[in-house]
Amino acid sequence: MNYHASSVGATRYVGERTPRKEDGRLLTGRGQFTDDIQLPGMLHIAFVRSPVARGRIVSIDMGVAREMPGVQAIYTQADLAAIPVQMLSFFFTPIESPVTLLADGRVACVGDPVCMVIAESRAQAEDAAALIELEIDEETPLVTIADAKTGALVHPDKDDNIAAEMGDEDMLEEAIQPLLDKAPHVVTHTIRHQRIAQSPMECRACVASPEGSGEMTVWMGCQSPHLAARYVAHALGMPQESIRVIAKDVGGGFGLKNIPWREEVAVVVAARLFGRPLKWIEDRFEALTASSHAREQEVTLTIGLDDEGKLLAGWSDYACNNGAWPMGEDANIAVHMFMWPAYKLPAYGFVTRGWYTNTMGLGGYRGPWAMESLIRETTLDKAARKMGVDPVELRRKNLIYLPDQPVTSNMGIEVTDITPGECLEKLVANVDIAAFRREQAEARKEGRYLGMGIATYIEPTGSAGAMQPMTGETVQLRIEPTGKIVAMLSTHSQGHGTATTMAQVIADRLGVAYEDISIFEGDSAIGAFSPGAAGSRQGVIAGGATWKATEMLAEKVKAVAAHLSNASVDAVTIDGGMVHVEGAPEMSRSLKELAEIAYGEPARLPEGMASGLEAQFRYQPPPMTMTSAAHCCVVEVDAETGFVKILRWVSAEDCGTVINPGVVEGQIAGGLAQAIGQVLLEDMPYDARGNPLAATFKDYLMPTISDVPDFEYLHANTPSQTIGGMRGVGEGGAIIGPPTLVNAIADALAPFGELGGEAGEVTLPLTPSRILDVIEQRNVSGHQAPAEKAVAAPVAEEVPAETVAVSPETEPAPATASIDGDWDMTLKAPMGGQTFLAHFDTEGTSLSGYLSAPEGRQEFSGGTFEDGRMKFEVKVDKPMKVTLKYDLQATADSITGKCKMGMFGTAKVNAVRA
Amino acid sequence: MSEHKIDLTVNGHRHSATVEARTSLGEFLREGLGYTGTHLACEHGVCGACTVRVDGVAMRSCLMLAVQANGSEITTVEGLAKPDGTLHRVQQALKDNFGLQCGFCTPGVAITLATVLEDNPSATTEEMETAMSGHICRCTGYQGIRRAIRQLAGEAA
Repeated sequence: MNYHASSVGATRYVGERTPRKEDGRLLTGRGQFTDDIQLPGMLHIAFVRSPVARGRIVSIDMGVAREMPGVQAIYTQADLAAIPVQMLSFFFTPIESPVTLLADGRVACVGDPVCMVIAESRAQAEDAAALIELEIDEETPLVTIADAKTGALVHPDKDDNIAAEMGDEDMLEEAIQPLLDKAPHVVTHTIRHQRIAQSPMECRACVASPEGSGEMTVWMGCQSPHLAARYVAHALGMPQESIRVIAKDVGGGFGLKNIPWREEVAVVVAARLFGRPLKWIEDRFEALTASSHAREQEVTLTIGLDDEGKLLAGWSDYACNNGAWPMGEDANIAVHMFMWPAYKLPAYGFVTRGWYTNTMGLGGYRGPWAMESLIRETTLDKAARKMGVDPVELRRKNLIYLPDQPVTSNMGIEVTDITPGECLEKLVANVDIAAFRREQAEARKEGRYLGMGIATYIEPTGSAGAMQPMTGETVQLRIEPTGKIVAMLSTHSQGHGTATTMAQVIADRLGVAYEDISIFEGDSAIGAFSPGAAGSRQGVIAGGATWKATEMLAEKVKAVAAHLSNASVDAVTIDGGMVHVEGAPEMSRSLKELAEIAYGEPARLPEGMASGLEAQFRYQPPPMTMTSAAHCCVVEVDAETGFVKILRWVSAEDCGTVINPGVVEGQIAGGLAQAIGQVLLEDMPYDARGNPLAATFKDYLMPTISDVPDFEYLHANTPSQTIGGMRGVGEGGAIIGPPTLVNAIADALAPFGELGGEAGEVTLPLTPSRILDVIEQRNVSGHQAPAEKAVAAPVAEEVPAETVAVSPETEPAPATASIDGDWDMTLKAPMGGQTFLAHFDTEGTSLSGYLSAPEGRQEFSGGTFEDGRMKFEVKVDKPMKVTLKYDLQATADSITGKCKMGMFGTAKVNAVRA
Repeated sequence: MSEHKIDLTVNGHRHSATVEARTSLGEFLREGLGYTGTHLACEHGVCGACTVRVDGVAMRSCLMLAVQANGSEITTVEGLAKPDGTLHRVQQALKDNFGLQCGFCTPGVAITLATVLEDNPSATTEEMETAMSGHICRCTGYQGIRRAIRQLAGEAA
């Protein structure tokens, strides 16, 4: 089951740099992107967006705009509300913020869509949009995470500005601090990661064409037409069969296009209301300032180590800016889940929060949990510098190697076949570190500052079965009566080359020419549900599904040929599209001849065999497949200018079976270029009034060819436990790239001082002026720690904020009220809110009952109920074994409190009478 | 909005049309004439995706008006390969070296490199990389594009 398995035919395809099937059309201008769609009677949409970050909409004057040439309609939320919509997260759970397609009475960020103009051309729609006058009572916005902690509520109906929260604050004092107090070496490090605009080269785009009775064909820039169709059907309460989403070519996604968002859904709703095909093509200004953003986060990690450099304990405090309308409220629990499985760290605790602010909402971006590697690997290097030990040695003392496994991490993640240690050894064997240190020492004498950074990590890929949208993959494979081989897949390529890699697997396992295979994907009418490109999964799961389906089809071909030739199945081979029988060359037949018999003369087939030459397989892989890597980069920092030049970058990754090294290396390289952008260039800053400041590609600095060095690759190829042995590789470069580069820069700057100063606060991007802060040991950049950042200047004619209460401590009601009976309870769990029925029975101070959801019912007993305080424990097995410890406060008609969820930390609980 | 009649040649085909003065060349090529291979990615002249060849010069078609192209000879990405389908050597080099992923920026990249080589068939790696510095690619990290450039310059990719 791995790439060493010999190919079925004489020609090997798996593991080869086979030219991509996608390239022919894309190189000659024959791709089909959403903006290429033109339909009869199609009209064009432009959105009117809020120019202020926060306020009440007083009036919308559309009088002049309505009279403009070509204008057909102008919609506000009041119009779109005719079709009810429930916006959903990637996990198909309801968005908790009161998000609507267009602003509903209030605006909560600059770029909030307020009106939608429908006109005969895009230019006419934009002309009219520019003439709509919005009057908004502007209020002081909350821009930063620090603002969110103290400012007025972003969403007035919420209790506080905490969008999501996990972790156990008590654990610091109870379990972690005592270990840190005893540790001979304690290192604390903080990273402030800037806001990123994902910036796929094709901006968002949607064409919606209403057809028949309530049916709709939608062309959308997305990462999975199946997921987009399911999302739209779910959000609008339509049968999924009535929506067809087509996305033949998409110009990059990177997480931004994981789910349809407000504008895409608004286009679909408007097309239903207006009854004409509608097209919306986002422009770059909108893409930068009004598409969901990513990454803005702050984390502080403290680790304790013994004198040998072994890790003893760790604690981290993490916060991320969710903006006003996140694509799913997020405290980024994955940062904590995946911070340590590659390392031996006995004790770890955390608090993690997402905060609402008056900025554009949080969306996905390649490796959304990547901060775990950035903070861990930079803290380890800082520890190595402080302790005077080699950073490679420090990692060797703590990393997990194959002989250490199986082992379960401090957060309950069991790893059985990860290779971070082996990747590090492979890297170190191929990079002469001692020679570099000599070169570095010589260079310093000449006033040249070289640095080397190393980082290791693991990455969860190919997730399936634990979260609603993360499923297996179906492959339908057919040898047509013409002899042509076609595969219908649920995959989607926004550059991933899935048609190429899947055709390679088929060619390899069936014994046919790659050129004779056609892959059909990119259309929700083809294949079955899959989330497409999300979570580095397609090579692993679709690859495995294709592998198995092809073997099933090959077995059938052999059985048919053996029967026709009166030979044994073992004597049949397939090669180059021909079916041979050992010792009987005259019996050789082409697949076309066999297919003609299989479809047209079923009486000639073995007794009971289905006619045709088809196979279908849906692959459900192991729940998670881990990829490991170690990277090294070398930089030179110019001490005069603060510019960083990357001199060398070596990647040693283990993604198991490599179907196509060209595709795998392309994924790593793309992620690394984004990593370079994050560390050195890209930034979407906001001013104190909540204005996004990078409105063009002249302000938002994307890496160009001169910013990116040649990457060198080492592949470790430890087969995974999946069919085919692949491991995912889509996100890794963007996860391990940032710490590798930051560590190299910190190493180069070591003669001047710690990057980020003694306080150890590193703020990205590391612009030349921020690097000069270290070199010159003064505040060249003018950057101040955000904690001291000036609060937003009050806006003239301030409207009093609704309430200033953050975390209001409500008075417990008299405890006499009975809690017996049924309650609707909501638990703010990591993947969104979970709602279930809770039933309580009290007898004196003893408490029992059950929690009931469609998935099952859990009884509990042995709880206590005193003075309105309810404490009880519930054991659950799915998706992981965990004991839920509830600590709640009840009044007559409401219950609030917390639930400790083992590794998932603490979740907020609310309940009302059922 | 004033309208103007223009005549131009695109990929060897003659076209006549009436365009609004404000219509960009890129928009006109895509929507007016159906050459959708040209992609508009930033519409403010930074990313290079919409680059087409106008009278032998690589131009950003988002920054040029259609009326300015009156009388011009234009080559878009659809016009690079030979009529029999044989790829232009720039296209072939990009294909050989995994020089594209999503393919959205690729038409502009191909036109720019083809124009550099048109001007100087023995252009160096450095000259082509300098020309490439005016293009943004979000997918590839420029690795395959750089290898393609080396192949075009006759070096080991």
